[in-house]
Amino acid sequence: MIFEVFRQERKGQPFQHAGSVAAPDERFAEIYAREQYGRRQESIALWLVPRSAVHEIAEFPDEFEMKYRRVDGYSIKARLREARERAGTLEMAPGGES
Amino acid sequence: MDTRTQEFLEYVQSGGQVETTDWMPDEYRARLIKFIEMHGNSELMGVLPERDWILRAPTLQRKLALTAKIQDEVGHAQLIYRVVEDLGKPRSACLDDLVSGKAKFHNVFHYPTRTWGDVGVIAWLVDAAAIVSQKALLKCSYAPYARIMKKICWEESFHILHGRDVILALVTGTDEQFELVQEALDRWWEPLMHFHGNPIPADEDPMYVWRIKSQGNEAARQEFLDGYVPQIRELGLTIPDPALRKDEETGVWRFTEPDWEKLRAVVTGHGPASEERLAFRRLSREDVAWVEQVVLAEAA
Repeated sequence: MIFEVFRQERKGQPFQHAGSVAAPDERFAEIYAREQYGRRQESIALWLVPRSAVHEIAEFPDEFEMKYRRVDGYSIKARLREARERAGTLEMAPGGES
Repeated sequence: MDTRTQEFLEYVQSGGQVETTDWMPDEYRARLIKFIEMHGNSELMGVLPERDWILRAPTLQRKLALTAKIQDEVGHAQLIYRVVEDLGKPRSACLDDLVSGKAKFHNVFHYPTRTWGDVGVIAWLVDAAAIVSQKALLKCSYAPYARIMKKICWEESFHILHGRDVILALVTGTDEQFELVQEALDRWWEPLMHFHGNPIPADEDPMYVWRIKSQGNEAARQEFLDGYVPQIRELGLTIPDPALRKDEETGVWRFTEPDWEKLRAVVTGHGPASEERLAFRRLSREDVAWVEQVVLAEAA
């Protein structure tokens, strides 16, 4: 069996994929993972996940160009300037004229 | 070359990285397997010259450090064979090809370790030469290998320090101890100059073309000389090549051309210790076969 190994370096940090170990069962996988990814105190926790349990998604089509979900979907510069002109606050804005 | 392969080549040459499940040309996969397998073999065979010295190490501290280094190298072999397995060649097939002499391992592991001076020279200079090569793999176009190399390079840095410490203890000791290091260096210089391979131009080196490594052979050797010749000389040691000098104008190291035929002979199994090392690996594989059977039977 192949187990994917994820390791956490310090408390509060995310678990990151470190590599994999091949082992006949979970007991051996634990021993191998401890030896290979933890013997120098470089990890404070390990996750062992059978490779067959990993469900990968690698395609993210964007047929409808849903830019309104993201910050790059909004260009407010021109409108903000217009609003400031109308309110007479253009000079007070950070950066002055610009 | 078909369009898809051409696009793949352009992708890796512009710094793109490939994952296990991505499409890749057959030639790329075959070259990856051969290269990474040889690296795994070298880690595994590389512990044998040092293993000979565990019992003879001069102090308990040295025994422990040497044992830890050996454990690291075997661990590297396991990580690397795992990468090869995911590319399609099982570890048992790698070990079969290793003990039958079909697959290669690095030139420096075909030589005997005669004295404790050899252990210092190996841990310091052979590992330093290896780090130069391994650093050129951190940007490997095959991402799973590049990721594993990060961990390996991190562990190797302790090995170099351990080697340097052994060397410093000897060169600050008696004249006899100093001589031990000089004599070992005299024997190891040629294999060290062979280490990075013949000076094939990077653009003609398939390993560079596919961006499996990010540096040509001669560039790696120059980097090694630049970093380590001054460190060797400052200890009062003499490098056994009267032609070795740095061309001040070009910044390029000049040296006596190594015998490349000899390198070819050594890595194809005709080195001074090749037979003995392979015989030992064969023996230990037969000796522990029952463990594998028991473990697999129990897990089944």
